[in-house]
Amino acid sequence: MSTPVVVTGLGVAAPNGLGTRAFWEATLAGRGGIGPVSRFDATGYPARLAGEVPGFVAEDHLSGRLLPQTDRMTRLALAAADWALADAGVDPAERPPSDMGVVTASASGGFEFGQRELRNLWSKGGRHVSAYQSFAWFYAVNSGQVSIRHGMKGPSGVLVADQAGGLDAVAQARRLIRKGTPLIVSGAVDASLCPWGWVAQSASGRLSTAGVPERAYLPFDARAQGHVPGEGGAMLVLEDAGAARRRGATVYGEIAGYGATTDPRPGGGRPPGLRKAIELALADAGLVPAEVDVVLADAAADPGLDRAEAEAIAAVFGPRGVPVTAPKTMTGRLCSGAGPLDLGTALLALGEQLIPPTVHVEADPALALDLVTGGPRPARLRTALVLARGHGGFNSAMAVRAAAP
Amino acid sequence: MNATEFTLSDLKRILLESAGADGAGLDGDILDSRFEELGYESLALLETGSRIEREYGIVLDDSVLGEADTPRALLRAVNSRLAPAA
Amino acid sequence: MSGRRVALTGMEVLAPGGVGVKEFWQLLTDGRTATRGITFFDPAPFRSRVAAEMDFDPREHGLGPQEIRRMDRAAQFAVVAARGAVADSGLDLGRLDPYRVGVSIGTAVGATTSLDREYGVVSDGGRLELVDHAYAVPHLYDCMVPSSFAAEVARAVGAEGTSGVVSTGCTSGIDAVGHAVELIREGTADVMVAGSTDAPISPITVACFDAIKATTPRTDDPAGASRPFDLSRNGFVLGEGCAVFVLEELDGALRRGAHVYAEIAGYATRSNAYHMTGLRPDGAEMAQAVTAALDEAAIDPEEIDYVNAHGSGTRQNDRHETAAFKRSLGEHAYRTPVSSIKSMVGHSLGAIGSIEIAACALAMEHHVVPPTANLHTADPECDLDYVPLTARDRRTDTVLTVGSGFGGFQSAMVLARPDRPVRRAA
Repeated sequence: MSTPVVVTGLGVAAPNGLGTRAFWEATLAGRGGIGPVSRFDATGYPARLAGEVPGFVAEDHLSGRLLPQTDRMTRLALAAADWALADAGVDPAERPPSDMGVVTASASGGFEFGQRELRNLWSKGGRHVSAYQSFAWFYAVNSGQVSIRHGMKGPSGVLVADQAGGLDAVAQARRLIRKGTPLIVSGAVDASLCPWGWVAQSASGRLSTAGVPERAYLPFDARAQGHVPGEGGAMLVLEDAGAARRRGATVYGEIAGYGATTDPRPGGGRPPGLRKAIELALADAGLVPAEVDVVLADAAADPGLDRAEAEAIAAVFGPRGVPVTAPKTMTGRLCSGAGPLDLGTALLALGEQLIPPTVHVEADPALALDLVTGGPRPARLRTALVLARGHGGFNSAMAVRAAAP
Repeated sequence: MNATEFTLSDLKRILLESAGADGAGLDGDILDSRFEELGYESLALLETGSRIEREYGIVLDDSVLGEADTPRALLRAVNSRLAPAA
Repeated sequence: MSGRRVALTGMEVLAPGGVGVKEFWQLLTDGRTATRGITFFDPAPFRSRVAAEMDFDPREHGLGPQEIRRMDRAAQFAVVAARGAVADSGLDLGRLDPYRVGVSIGTAVGATTSLDREYGVVSDGGRLELVDHAYAVPHLYDCMVPSSFAAEVARAVGAEGTSGVVSTGCTSGIDAVGHAVELIREGTADVMVAGSTDAPISPITVACFDAIKATTPRTDDPAGASRPFDLSRNGFVLGEGCAVFVLEELDGALRRGAHVYAEIAGYATRSNAYHMTGLRPDGAEMAQAVTAALDEAAIDPEEIDYVNAHGSGTRQNDRHETAAFKRSLGEHAYRTPVSSIKSMVGHSLGAIGSIEIAACALAMEHHVVPPTANLHTADPECDLDYVPLTARDRRTDTVLTVGSGFGGFQSAMVLARPDRPVRRAA
C-alpha cells in the first residue's frame, strides 16, 4: 500500500525555459517568460500577453512522420517525455513493455489542431477535415503518443480537472506504481495559444488585460486583476523507490502525499475545499504542518480566489506560518501543465535548498502570507507542498519529500 | 482538368504534406517500394487519398487504398480515374 | 483499507432508443436497433449518414433554462443520469460526509458538439481566422475543458471529495468506473458517482471518422447499419448517450440494505503501444487486460457467463477482440456467449463503456443475455457465439466487459455477484 514512489527524471517545457536547466536558471534568477503573444495577432483581443515556450523546433525532436499528426502540445509533451527518460537514465527499449505506463492530464487537448480542422470544416466542408482529427485533438492523445513512442504497454490513463488535473495525473501514476507497475511517465503539457483557444480562455473572464508583463499577473497582490495564460508543462519519470534504488538511479524526491476535493455548490454555506485537500495530502504523507518547508501556491490572481487560498494556507499553517511562493508568475498559468511544472520546481528547490521567488508581486498584507519575493530565499527544505485548483472547483494538493541523503 | 496526369512527383508532394517522411524521405526510386516499407501505414494513406481526391476532384473507392500497396499501383489507380471518360 | 470491495447500487442509463433503465433494457432484450438517418444536421455532404441519435429533451428531465444554456448536451446527460442514479441507489448523500463522496466521469470528446457550433459562430462560418471574442458564449471555457462535466455532476449531487474526468478515448466509460472503484478500494472515497457521457453527433466528428473510413457508409438501411461480427459489416455507427452509477463500499451498502446490482470485482487497462488508431490482429494487450481484471477479481475464465464485447463493427476490431477472447479465456471463449450492444445503440465513444457496464449489470439482474442485432452471417474470422438477433435466457452471475480505444487503450472489467464464494482477497 505505502510503497514509496520517487521521481527520477524530469523534462521541462516552460515559457521561461526549454529544458530543465534553462528553466531552473531562469526561475532562480526571477526571469519571466511572459510577453506579448507572438504566434498570432492578439492586438485585437482584450488580453494580449502570454507565456509562450521559446525556441522549440519540433523538427529537431520528432520525426517528419509525426509532425502532420500532432498538435503543439503533443510535440512538447513527446520532447519533454524523452528528456525525462534520458534524465532518469532509463532506456525503455531495455525494459519489459508491460512494466511501463503513461498517465497524463490534459485540459484542452490539441486545441490548435482542432481549430484548423474546424476551420476546414466550416469554410470548405467535411471532406477537408484531416484523418488525424480523429485523435490529434482529443484529450487522450499525449498518453497514447508517449506510450507508442516508448513501447509502454502497462496501464495508462488520462485525467482532466482543468488546472488541478496535472497533480491528479501524478497521483494516479503513484497509484499504478503501488499496484505493481514499476515505472510510469506522468505529467502534463497544455498549449492552446491560438485564436480559438484565446477566445475560449478569455470567455472565462479570468484573463488579465494588462499591457505589460510586470503588471499582468499579480497573485496575492492588491492589484490582482486576473492571470496570464501560458503553455507548456513538465513530464516526470516516477518509479517504485526500491526499484530506483536497486538500479542506482538519482532520485529527485518522493511523491509523499496527495489529497483532492471539490468545492461545494455556491451559496450552500459550506466552505471551499482547498483546506481539506491540504489536510488530506499532509495526512497521506504522514506530515504535520510544521514539517512543511514551503508551499507552491495555485496563485489564481483573482481577488476572491487569492483570499480563499491564503485563508486555507493560514488555516493549516497559521498566519505567515510557512513560506509561500508562486514561480508561475514567471510562466503564466499553464492549465494542466502547471501542477507537474510546480512539482519539478519543488523538487529542484529541495535539491538546491533555495525557494524560487514570486516575481512582480507586492504581497497584500491583509492576506497574512509569508510570500517569497524579490529573489530566491535560502532555506532548509525537506518537504514542499504544491497546490493546484481547477475551474469548476477542483482542489488538489501534493506533498513532495527530499530524497533520503 | 481531365488532361492532368498524376505523377510520382505529385504523389511525393502529397505524401509529404499528408504524412511527412522519416530521415531518408522519399528520395530515390520508390515506385515499386511497398508503402509499408516506406513507413506509411493505413492512416497515412487515408489522409493521402483524401488529399488526392480533393485536389483532383475524383473519388477513390474504399478498396483502392487497401489494394494499391506501392506508388506505382496508386498512380495507376488515380490516373485511371483521371482519364477522359470518352 | 485493504479488502474493501465495491458494489454498484444505483444506475441511470440514457441511450438511443432507451432513455431510462427500463426502456434501455427493453430495447436490448427486444433486439431492436436505434440507429437511424442523421436528423441533427443535414448529413448529405458526409460519407456516413447514419447515427444512433437519442430523443432527449432536457426540460423533461428537470434541467432549468440556465443549466440548459450552460451545459453541453453531454454534460446535460451526465447531470440527469447522476441524479437518476443517486435516486435509484436510495442513498441519502446529504447524510454522508461530502468529502467522502467523489465523482468520476468519462468522456472521449467532451463538449465537441458545442465547440463545433460555437466555432462556427466566432469564426463567422469559418471566414475569420482571428475569431471574434465578442460572439463567444460565456461558458465557452467549460466547453473547452471537459472537467466541467465532473464539476456539474459534483454540484448536482453534492459531492465534495475527489472528482474529475477520465478521458481515454473509447475506453473512457470503463476507465472512469474503474478509477472510481480504485478510489473506493484504497479508502479515498466511500461513495463514487461514476459513469460516462458523450454527445458527439456533430459535423466535425462525423467528418473526422469519414476521413479514416471508420464509420459505416451504409445509408440505405439505417436500422441495419451497425452489424458487429457480420460478414457485411463495414464500420461503426456513431452514437450518443450516458450511463452513471452509484458505487459504494460493499459492506456499507449491505449494512444499509441497499440493492446491489453487482460487485465491480476486477478492472484493468493496458496500452498496445502500437498505433493511435490501428490494432494488431493478435489482441495481445486486450487479452492482458482481461487476464489482469480476472486476476484482480480472483475469478477463473471458466466462470465467465457472458462477455460484453467492444464489438464496434469494424473488421479490424472484430478480428482483434475475437483473438483477445481466445487468448485470455482459452477454450471457454467458444462456450460463453459474447455480444455487442453497439449493434442496437451504436458507438457513443466515451459513453458506451458505462452503458455497456449497465447492460452487464442488467444481464445479471435478469439472467438474460442481450443479443447482437443485425448478425445474420458471421464473418468466418469471428467464430465465437455472438448471440445473434435474439436475447437469450441464461444464468448470468459473472460478466466480462471490454473496450478498445484510439490511443491504444484496452480495458476490461469483471462484474460478479457479491455473495459469491471469494477464494482469496482481491
